[in-house]
Amino acid sequence: MTTKLFGRAARAIVAAGAALTMLVSVAACGPSASTPSEAGDTASASGNTSATKARSLDEIKKSGELKVAVFSDKAPFGYVDKDGKYQGYDVYFAEQLAKDLGVTPKYTSVDPAARVDVLTSNKVDLVLANFTVTDERAQKVDFAKPYMKVALGVVSPDSKVIKNVDELKGKTLIIAKGTTAETYFGTNYPDVKLQKYDQYADAYNALLDGRGDAFSTDNTEVLAWAKANKGFTVGITKLGDEDTIAPAVQKGNTELLNFVNDEIVKLGKDKFFHKDYQQTLEPVYGDEVNPDDIVVEGGEL
Amino acid sequence: MQGAEILLQPGVFPRLLQGLWVTVWIAGVSVGLSVPVGLLVGWLMTLRNPLIRILMRIYLDFIRIMPQLALLFIAFYGFAQAWGWNLDATGACVLVFVLWGGAELGDLVRGALESIPKSQYESAYVLGLSPWQTFSRVILPQAVRRLLPASVNLATRIVKTTSLAVLLGVVEVIKVGQQIIDAHRFEFPTATLWIYGVIFFMYFIVCWPLSIVARRLEKRWAHD
Repeated sequence: MTTKLFGRAARAIVAAGAALTMLVSVAACGPSASTPSEAGDTASASGNTSATKARSLDEIKKSGELKVAVFSDKAPFGYVDKDGKYQGYDVYFAEQLAKDLGVTPKYTSVDPAARVDVLTSNKVDLVLANFTVTDERAQKVDFAKPYMKVALGVVSPDSKVIKNVDELKGKTLIIAKGTTAETYFGTNYPDVKLQKYDQYADAYNALLDGRGDAFSTDNTEVLAWAKANKGFTVGITKLGDEDTIAPAVQKGNTELLNFVNDEIVKLGKDKFFHKDYQQTLEPVYGDEVNPDDIVVEGGEL
Repeated sequence: MQGAEILLQPGVFPRLLQGLWVTVWIAGVSVGLSVPVGLLVGWLMTLRNPLIRILMRIYLDFIRIMPQLALLFIAFYGFAQAWGWNLDATGACVLVFVLWGGAELGDLVRGALESIPKSQYESAYVLGLSPWQTFSRVILPQAVRRLLPASVNLATRIVKTTSLAVLLGVVEVIKVGQQIIDAHRFEFPTATLWIYGVIFFMYFIVCWPLSIVARRLEKRWAHD
């Protein structure tokens, strides 16, 4: 008796479920229309079953879209402006790549930790998210030629600008924990007193309060900060090991990799990345910074 | 107080509302699909069949033990890498939240059905009601009363958990907030507090009516 009863209940439930599923699939493209960039979720809710293998150049051209992962909250490299449009140094390059391919770029917002995974699981064709080249990462993705470089910078008050790393001897240097600056000064300059903070914001406040003589982290970061805070100068713009920043594609996707490399060489002849710098980074860094400290043309350091 | 001016900048509020719509859409679809799944799972859990019981037990425990974030990463990256099943970010979110909501709701349904004393079935049969009448007129109304307040709470939990979608690259309300904060980093250094404050109120406005409904129902049915 009870089984019969539950049988009917089950049928009713299954029917209701089927009805709901249909209803939802009709509405499936709901949210994508409202995301600023239509990033990442325009494909119908679950129907996109492309294989994990990266798309070929022909497939990209055919689809009319180059899927690029960029930062959406790391100004001035990749961010979303007031009108909800993607902007920045990385985005400027992505626009050009898509243009030369004859397609439109489709941006996906990415977090630093997800940059390898979006490639291995083929969510995007290309990562252009201030991706620093490291040996560890190079085992999982293929990096193209670099288009930017980053080193350490040291910012200090105008009244006592530190222009040479030797001037730091016996002085207090503020650094953020877990950054390259911490390891660099710890191993190479043991006679510099380090004052360590967990947060960037706290480190900057310490410098503003005069708790230390200078602050060191990535030069791109301190340059932008010094520009916004009057009374401080980046006395040393280039220090330590230079890291390069390059586009990345899925491991083994030589077709797209070669295209990107050729583009970088070709664009380098017209000083494309200097133009990119002028458009996106100069408003933030000002003209006292030498673009050659940051920009890499033609993939050659 | 200067930071508050950021809220008046053109585009800031509409964009936050667009982000909120993405959040509400994911949560709404997930909750809507969780209901049939949950009812089915709950009913399966009350069956005597040992195989089905074990399967349901494994399903529920697996979903409960695994953090939602791990499930999201498995659905989004893992499926694509293992079987080439390439879900987009929204699809992966809905899938995980439906599996999660279905399991939790299923357990609530099971508890509610099992909490109805046998005497209710027996009395109904004695009165001459058919099995279907017994279920729909006697058992279900009582079970739903015990079920509803807890399921509304489950819905608010799903709404809040959608914030994890940000980690898959979904541009929902939190991500829009971060983008706005960063785009105005130098003009409005104190914008963080204001933007997250507004986001807090947005979540509150979505979840609050749900908790009111849950509380009202609990009160109204407490004396029955």
